[in-house]
Amino acid sequence: MSTGSVEVVYRGIFQKTLAKNICRGIVFAAIKEGKIGIAFGRYSDSPERNGIPAKQFAVVSDTEEELQEYLSRYEPDNNDVTMVADDTLCKGVESWAWYGLQPINKLLAKDGTLLVTSTQSANKLIKTIHRKGSPYDLATIKAQASFSGLWVYKDDHTDVRLLGALAKVAPHIVSLDSVLEAIKDQWKDDKKVASAKKAHDETESTSVGAEQGSDAEPFSFDMPGYTKMEEGLVIRGIAAKGDIPGRDGGFVPGRNPTFKKYSTRTMRPVINFSTCTKCTLCWLNCPDTCFDITPDGFYEANMEACCGCGVCEAVCPVKECVTMVNEEAFEDNDSQWELWTKDKDGYSAWLAEKIANPPARSHGFHHIGQYAEEIANESS
Amino acid sequence: MNPPSTALAEKIGGPGSGETEELISGSEAISHVCRLADVDVITAYPIRPYDTVMQYVSQMIANGDFDCEYIVAESEHSQFEIVKHASAVGARVFCGSSGVGWFYAFEALAVTAGLRLPMVAMVGNRALDDPGAFGVEHNDALAVRDLGWMLNWVETAQEALDTALIAYRVAEDPRVFLPCAISCDGAFLTHSQAIVKVPSQEMVDSFLPPYDRGDKQLHPDNPITIAPQANEDWLMEMRRQNDQAARRARGVIIEAYEDFNAKFGRDYEPFLERYMMDDAEVALVGMGTMGMPVKVAVRKMREQGKKVGFVRVRWFRPFPAVELQEALGGMQAVGVIDRDYSFGSSHHSGTLGTEVRSALYPLEKSPKVVTFIAGLGGREVTADNVVETTDMVFDAAEGKLNDQDTYWIGVRE
Repeated sequence: MSTGSVEVVYRGIFQKTLAKNICRGIVFAAIKEGKIGIAFGRYSDSPERNGIPAKQFAVVSDTEEELQEYLSRYEPDNNDVTMVADDTLCKGVESWAWYGLQPINKLLAKDGTLLVTSTQSANKLIKTIHRKGSPYDLATIKAQASFSGLWVYKDDHTDVRLLGALAKVAPHIVSLDSVLEAIKDQWKDDKKVASAKKAHDETESTSVGAEQGSDAEPFSFDMPGYTKMEEGLVIRGIAAKGDIPGRDGGFVPGRNPTFKKYSTRTMRPVINFSTCTKCTLCWLNCPDTCFDITPDGFYEANMEACCGCGVCEAVCPVKECVTMVNEEAFEDNDSQWELWTKDKDGYSAWLAEKIANPPARSHGFHHIGQYAEEIANESS
Repeated sequence: MNPPSTALAEKIGGPGSGETEELISGSEAISHVCRLADVDVITAYPIRPYDTVMQYVSQMIANGDFDCEYIVAESEHSQFEIVKHASAVGARVFCGSSGVGWFYAFEALAVTAGLRLPMVAMVGNRALDDPGAFGVEHNDALAVRDLGWMLNWVETAQEALDTALIAYRVAEDPRVFLPCAISCDGAFLTHSQAIVKVPSQEMVDSFLPPYDRGDKQLHPDNPITIAPQANEDWLMEMRRQNDQAARRARGVIIEAYEDFNAKFGRDYEPFLERYMMDDAEVALVGMGTMGMPVKVAVRKMREQGKKVGFVRVRWFRPFPAVELQEALGGMQAVGVIDRDYSFGSSHHSGTLGTEVRSALYPLEKSPKVVTFIAGLGGREVTADNVVETTDMVFDAAEGKLNDQDTYWIGVRE
């Protein structure tokens, strides 16, 4: 009598099929061992918008009764393995519901394994992951956030590599033999079988101590009862901060404290204020109205509201004024403008470092073969 | 509010002159309420028999007797969406439809109650189309019974006018803020003219305060968002608030009737009309214009010494369970006549039958309840039909008729 569960955290909608294929693969492999299993999504379908953190689960079990316990849960909360298909999710995930930020290891069982596709080192990743309070293992598969579930992208074998790694870190859920058999059945492709085997053999785990990791407090919201919350589903507007300095009228948006977008973002703009011409295009074109106007008339992307879409970079007419940089390069959400105001030289150095040697963009390729080059560079 | 034109002022007696008597249909009575309540936004899309209200409203506007935003939408869905949003900015609104037109607006109908946007709608009850039928059945309006809409059925044009005024007061009460549908039987009420006392503007103004959404009004000076995405995190609390509002509506309805009776000199019992119930041994229960033939039959049977009475349910939502327990608790048997159907339901009855049976069940000694279906698709319910029905209720009282079944009256076999 035993049950094993795997949580797959991914970026909707880009990685939806990838996550589904992984979870189906787990169930098919379990069937090879005479077990039964289910795969299900919990933030799927309509609310699954671009970049929104979403989840799939796979649960395998010896009996129907054990499975039922999991089927009745919104989210199984004691998973043997949590897979992360995009390492920027290590900073935590928000669902569409107002539950605040969920640390990436929150639903991982004590002594479970967090399995991340990343080109970063385990030590670097640990710094961005919230402290768990109990020990667990961290394993990485060297890969960028894969889009291979989308039919327009080439299959990069991320699905089977994760399945192979799973057999290494949690052989009690599925053995390598079952995984390989299931892959052979599903994909009828010896190369994919070989990729799974290779990933299995190469996967190494690092122990993470109970107190290791980021000590940032994950934000949360008050969830008032029906006697306390406003009737008619009314949400009050936030008072504006006041007029734009030095101008008549204008608009400085108030920020809704109950809707932050940190975890939706995989890139963020960095802004070179010394080249900014104050043309207003970023401010006008941002689909999330994320730019605040500073007292001296600059435009600063407010990291509470930025989704990381890159429109500001695309519309900025000044060379290297707005540059999108992968979210993994940042450890906080502090104001860039404040840093620049306080210490212009320090800011210039910070900016030069972010732009000169940025981690790969979270999405979009610029030339054929770029992915292979990036992986080779990271590996060397 | 524009002052009435000279012609209308003469006709209705002019401001301050109290009530005037007019020969008007149920639909025309409703249109008078639109004028007297000074409704701000009315949307329309034609479907028989509701479209008669459109006709009278547009006539009043054309004659200069009434001023409002009158929008003929391209469908019922848009019709109800427009008034829903107008209500959010604080406009008093009116809308209406019939049969499948009401169903086409369903997406908007469901959300209106959930968002606590008051609205008064007239449903000219009509069969749900397929064979092109346009006679009365109550299934159209009943479809919103679970969604937070208040629902009532009226019997006469006078009651239509009075109830619509009361409906505005209840719907727009901040303790309630729910939409209300006045159901008027197609043809029998929408197209039947009778003498109706039309109140003066002063009378209406003394009864009906302006619609004030307070700090829930959508306005640039009051920046709010209504209805952002709500998932499992908020929805259950929102439904519970809706439930509380529906519970509070009971008390607000009672208050409104007390004030209305005092100011208009009427004698309405808020939820029910009781007819010859004082010493009744069996009772019939029904809604809408069916009350007419039932009353005729009850009088006839009383002459023959049969102790039968009639309870007409005015408000279906909120459902008057307590009042029905009190009115029907002492009966030997109760016969519920539905002008609707609920195929496959318990006992194969209509919806009113199921609700009445459920309301009476907790009584220590609950009467036998036998259910009937009659008058579908606008078929006449005759006094003879009612006598036949009543005899069956007496049979049920004596245990000679299976009270676990539903009987169709006036159907060809």
